[in-house]
Parts: sequence; C-alpha cells; structure tokens
Amino acid sequence: MQDELKKRACELLADGTVNRVLGWSAGDFFYDITPTVFESAEDINKNFVYNDFCGANLSKYLIAESQKEGKIAVFLKPCDTYSFNQLMTEHRLKRENIYAVGIPCDGKVSAETLHDAGIHGILAVKKDGDDLVCDTVYGEKRMAFDVAQDERCRSCKSRKHVVYDELIGEEGEVLDSHRFDEVEKLEAMTPEERFNFWQGELSRCIRCNACRNVCPACNCELCVFDNPKSGVFSKAASNDFEDANFHIIRAFHVAGRCTDCGECSRVCPEHIPLHLLNRKFIKDIDTLYGDYQAGEKEGQMSPLSAFTEDRDAEPSIVQKGGIR
Amino acid sequence: MQMTNDNETWEPKIIAFCCNWCSYSGADLAGTNRLNYPANVKIIRVPCSCRINPMFILRAFQRGADGVIICGCHPGDCHYMTGNYHTRRRMTLLFSMLDYLGIEKERTRVEWVSAAEGQRFVDVMNDFVGQITKLGRCRRLEDLRCRTN
Amino acid sequence: MITRISADRLPELLKQISELEKLYIPVDKSDKVSVFEEYEPGKVMSTKLNTLRSAKDFFFPQVQPMAKFRMEGKKIEVIDPRTEAEDYCIFGVRACDVRSFDVLDRVFLADPVDTYYENRRKHATVVSFACSEPSETCFCHSFGIDAARPAGDARMWMTEDTIYLEGISGKGKALLEKLDLAALSAVTDEKAERDVQEEVRRVHEIQKKMPLYSLTPADNREKELEIFHSPIWKELSDKCLGCGSCTFVCPTCQCFDIEDFDGGHGVERYRCWDSCMYKDFTMMAAGTPRKTQLERFRQRFMHKLVYYPIRNEGMYSCVGCGRCLRRCPIHMNIVKVMKAMEEDAQCETKN
Repeated sequence: MQDELKKRACELLADGTVNRVLGWSAGDFFYDITPTVFESAEDINKNFVYNDFCGANLSKYLIAESQKEGKIAVFLKPCDTYSFNQLMTEHRLKRENIYAVGIPCDGKVSAETLHDAGIHGILAVKKDGDDLVCDTVYGEKRMAFDVAQDERCRSCKSRKHVVYDELIGEEGEVLDSHRFDEVEKLEAMTPEERFNFWQGELSRCIRCNACRNVCPACNCELCVFDNPKSGVFSKAASNDFEDANFHIIRAFHVAGRCTDCGECSRVCPEHIPLHLLNRKFIKDIDTLYGDYQAGEKEGQMSPLSAFTEDRDAEPSIVQKGGIR
Repeated sequence: MQMTNDNETWEPKIIAFCCNWCSYSGADLAGTNRLNYPANVKIIRVPCSCRINPMFILRAFQRGADGVIICGCHPGDCHYMTGNYHTRRRMTLLFSMLDYLGIEKERTRVEWVSAAEGQRFVDVMNDFVGQITKLGRCRRLEDLRCRTN
Repeated sequence: MITRISADRLPELLKQISELEKLYIPVDKSDKVSVFEEYEPGKVMSTKLNTLRSAKDFFFPQVQPMAKFRMEGKKIEVIDPRTEAEDYCIFGVRACDVRSFDVLDRVFLADPVDTYYENRRKHATVVSFACSEPSETCFCHSFGIDAARPAGDARMWMTEDTIYLEGISGKGKALLEKLDLAALSAVTDEKAERDVQEEVRRVHEIQKKMPLYSLTPADNREKELEIFHSPIWKELSDKCLGCGSCTFVCPTCQCFDIEDFDGGHGVERYRCWDSCMYKDFTMMAAGTPRKTQLERFRQRFMHKLVYYPIRNEGMYSCVGCGRCLRRCPIHMNIVKVMKAMEEDAQCETKN
C-alpha cells in the first residue's frame, strides 16, 4: 500500500494537480510517525511512510495548509474523512485548495500499547496472519492485532470514505460498532462509583492540552481556557474541580460536532479515556434526537443548533444512569 | 460521607437562573403576593434561559451550590422566539453528562415558569429545596478554596 | 559494599523503610498507568521502566501553593503555607530521573535559592533502581548516564531472584544502616559484588543493540547563533501541535507560571507548570516575545541542547528518559531534533 501511495503522490506532483502532498514520515523507528508536507518526488520516495502506526488524523492540518498558495493533496483514512466533512461544514477549509485521496485502513496501532504490554526494545514489527510479530532485542514477541489496535479501531464505526476526490483501494462499509458498550457499563454504575471512576481518571490530567490541540473539532482561534478574560483561564488544574471542568466543557463544546475520531484518547499522555465523554454525548444525541453522525455529510445541521417545537424531550427525561 | 449533612445547622444553597421575561417576573409576582419560598434560593437574572452557559452551572457547584435550577419561559413563549428550545436540548445533554460523571441528576433541574405563575414558582422552589435538603451537601464539584470557613 | 537479599523479601524491605520514614514507590494502577504513590503494606512496586510522570513531581509539583491572602474588611492577612517537610524516601527512581534532579538543582538551588524546592529536596532520600530491560526509546547513555549503575543516595538492582542494595551518599548509607537487614537474611559478600558486575555487563551488552545507542549530542556551545538561525527549525516546528505533553512529562523542564485564584473570601497564590510551547507563555501587557510556533519550538530545544550546556559546563538539560519519544502526539521529539542539528552541521562543514 505504501508504494502505491508514494507512486500516486509523485504522479499528482508531476502532473501539476497539486504542489504539495500531506502525508506521514517516520524517524529512527518505524512507529514514530509525524505528519509531513512533501514538496518533491525525491522527498516522497525517501521519507513517505504509510503503515499500521499512521494513526494521526491529517484533517486538522488542512485548516492552515489550505490557506496557503496552491493545491495540496492529502491522504485520508475513513475516519479522517468524517473530520474533513465536519471542518467543511464549519467553513474552516478552502476546498478548492485540497485534493483529497481516500485510502484504506485496517486499524491502527500505537507503539505505546506494545510498550505497555511489556514489549521493549522493538526493532521491527510485521503482521503475521492475525498477529503482530515484534522483533525485539529480547527476542520475538507476539501480540494479537485485535488487542494491539487502538480502542477506536477495535470499535471502528465506519470503513467508508464519506468524501474524496479519488479513492485508492476499495470502498468500505459503515460498520455496526460496539462503541457504546463502555458507556453503558458506566451508566449502569451508581453515581458514587461513576464519580470515583472519573475522579480517578481525570485527576491524572496534566492539562497539557494535547487532546484539545489535536482535536479537529477544537478549532477556535482562542480557546476559552486560554483567554485570561474568560474567568476560567488556567494553565494547570490546581484542584479536582478544574480537571473536571476543563473536560466537561471541552466535551460540551464539541458535542454534536465530534466525529468520534478518537484522537483525544490516542494522544493523552496520561491515558485518560476521553472518548468516553464524547461518546456519552453522541449516544444521548442518538437516543433523543435521532441517529446523527457528525461529518457524515457536508453542511449537516448540528443537533445542538437545531430543535423541534413539540417533539424534543424535556430535561427531566434524564434518569439515574442517563437517558434510557 | 458525600451524602450526609455535616451538622444540623446546614442549609442547602440553591442557585436559580431565571429568565428576565418570565420566571424572574414570576418570582416578583410571588413577592408582591406575599407568597413564601425558602431563602436558600439565590436568584440570578439572565436575559433568556439560553444565555446560560454550562460553565455557569459548573461554577455554581464549584463555589458551593448544592443544587442548580434553571427557569425559563414555557416552550413556544420565548421572548426571543427560540431561545428556550435551545436551552431544552442543551440542558438535557448537560444534565445527563453531569449524572454520568457522578453529580446526581436530582441536583439539576429545568422548569418552565411564566410571569403569571407566581404560585407555581413558589411550589417549584419549595419542592426543589426539599429535594436538595434530602440529598445533602454537594461535595463532588466543590472547590475547597471557595469555602467561607 | 553491596548487600543481597532474596527478591521475595522486597515487601518486608519496603515495610521496614516505611516504618522509618514516609516511603514512595512506583505502583501500577493499570497496565497503562504507573505512578509514584505512598507505600502501604500490600502495595506492589512497579517494575515498569518509567512512571507516566517523571519523579520531578516530588520537588517541583505541578501545583505549588505559595501564599494565601485572607480579606476581612480592609484588612488583608497574608498566610505562608510553607511548613518544614518531613524526611521521606523515594524508592525505585530510574537512572534518568535521578540525573534530572541534578539538572533541576542547578536551576532551583542556584542563588537565589528556591525555598519551596529546597525544602522538599533536602528531606528526600533517593533510592535508585537499575534498569534491567531498557527499551529502544531509552537514550540516557547518550548523556553519559549509566542505566545499569544509577546515581542517587542508594541504589538497587533486581534480578529474577535477588535484590542488591548499595549505599552511595551519607544519607543513603545511613538509611541502609538503620534497617534490620539480618531479619531479611541479607548477605554482604563478594558474590554480591560479582553478581552486580555481571548484571551491569549484561545490561550494557543489551544497550549496544539499541537503535539509539550511537546517538551522541554534539557540543553546540560555540555555535549558538548558527543553530538559532538554522533553517531546520521551520521544517521541524511546522507540524508541532503546540501542546505541552513533552514539557509536562519531561523530567527536566522547569518553567512555571504564578497565578492567583480568587475564591471570593480570599486569594490563593500558586505556581504551576507552564510550557514554552504554549502561545501564552510569558504573556505580558505588550504580548508575548515568541509569536510563532517556530520560535517557541526552537526555544524548547535550544534551551535543552544549547543554552543550558553553555551555562552549565556542557551539561545537557535532557536525560534521555524517552518519555517525549513515547508521548508526543506526532512524535516530533528531541531525537529527531538532535539528528536534524547534526545533519545541518555536517552540511555546513561541507559547504
């Protein structure tokens, strides 16, 4: 697949369709993937990478890149295309400056997962049937690909590209994911258990803002938490309230716009399951206002900007354990 | 520990956000009619119930509120035509989220009270204060730095 | 003098130390999360390579209350929250984090001494923990740190069946002397020395196989301006998200901000970690001195690899713990920067 993408990227540069290509490159390891803009075929042949570790969603980079001179080609995995559509809906991208190439994805892996499983000294990784085989300094280690995948990929919502100018590989399907299972488990707990669960997770937050800065839905010019005049400006959570406040408000700000791309949980250095907050909103919205997938179509009206006069539930519908 | 009262002198603190055009006038009407409602309720006037930012509610809890109630015009009667329809959706989702994080859903409420419903305002407040008194202090989002003592 | 104890006596050893002073050990909260926590009987020490956050938290916590102001009418009362810390022991610190204390000391203990830091620092006894299974993200070797023979007040090695303990500083030796080692059937003999030598040799052999083994930081002290104006920064910083994960997981990053919180009845002044990667870092009335992400990104790495060594006899402000290699959302880490600097320098010399 990597060679195919390289070839296509070079062709697009050569025939003048675009003057830049947004893809991924790696450093000393095969898994330290950095989103990269390539300007020459030479650079692409040398550095372009597409492998199981290319989890980074490139859509957000297009906000800045599409404002620049000339057209840019971008490789989008199925879930990235949802973010792309959502950004289009929010008028954050200059569509005429983008050439979107849909590419297939079989689920992505973070090297962190391997490290956390005690696999150290990794020199190379290859797929062998359903297994990931790691060649390490300490010998060969195996891990089932299913287990190694990011959570968001294990409960992948769609293999379908919702927007592209050109598609490489075959079109996938919207999947019947089990992404709300974890949310339901939490809902079944008592308020005290839920509080303790979230307290344990959120109190680890170091307010590095990685979740916010990587999030395609968080595209404000000045975030409320960076604005000294907002009254909630703070660089560190000096107590538990501020941790919770930051994450509740962030989840609320992206409610109805979050495509559930899962970048927030992928990048969190403290491994906080932030997607469980976003998914709660998605689940509630689906239950109350009909199934809604942000980014599925360009120009969709967010359920939080819309209303019905007579059919909307009253807030009292919230029962113990959420909306049933 | 979370659910019990510390001492007998404890009184719940309730923040009520009231829409200028209806509920606030409703409270006024209750006052001119000399109807009683508990003094635990502190009213904050807002131009419309949809002016309420989720952060207002969180900050109320941060600064020691035990319950937060939002009062707006009956759906269809908004002074700005559609404000309370938005409130309805937003607050439903927010309260569900707070409950998900362990802030009991009984601590938050939305009620539609018109300017003519002085008695209803009083009934709602009495009921809500009773409910919060039963629940006890809200410690889960409280910021200790805001304590008076 | 090295003492050996059977590995299954570790809980007893920890219990003994905890009876002498407050003891902190790394604990696995889940397979993904390991943190330093106060020891209680029953807690099992983590043997993971690194805790999520670095051990700098002990001396330079994320949030440190500095003063409280209580207002009554027109009177303002200033309350100093400082109290003399108790003696405590941090057990199981890896070699990289131990070196980071030296880096921080040169900042916080230089004149004027930071008393908040000093208070926590001087009461701590650091027992380090030699690495037995380094990872490919480890490059402490590049900064002259020996992962197999860490510094600290005392150090520990752990093999499959044995723990080896050695006192280094006066404080560390004193702590070991206070322990009732006989109760743990400890033996201090030649064999312990030989075993440790063998273990150190084994780990060094492993390190040689690691991809970053040959990484050596260049001495950039003479080339400050050249590097500052180098074109590499644009390319490297282009994709930086401007988050602070690298800074906050870094054991040597020491920037902070001082903020006030108004609780309505008084004000609490605290200092908290800040990141030079943030656009509102050192924000003043006239704005910020570093307006672009390029400048901010450059600042972080120039500080670690150029400015700090200039002021500290060539000592780098990076210890190669590998946390940023693992945690940066886009893997734009210090190793990539070091390599780019090196390539750039080679191009320069060729030209």
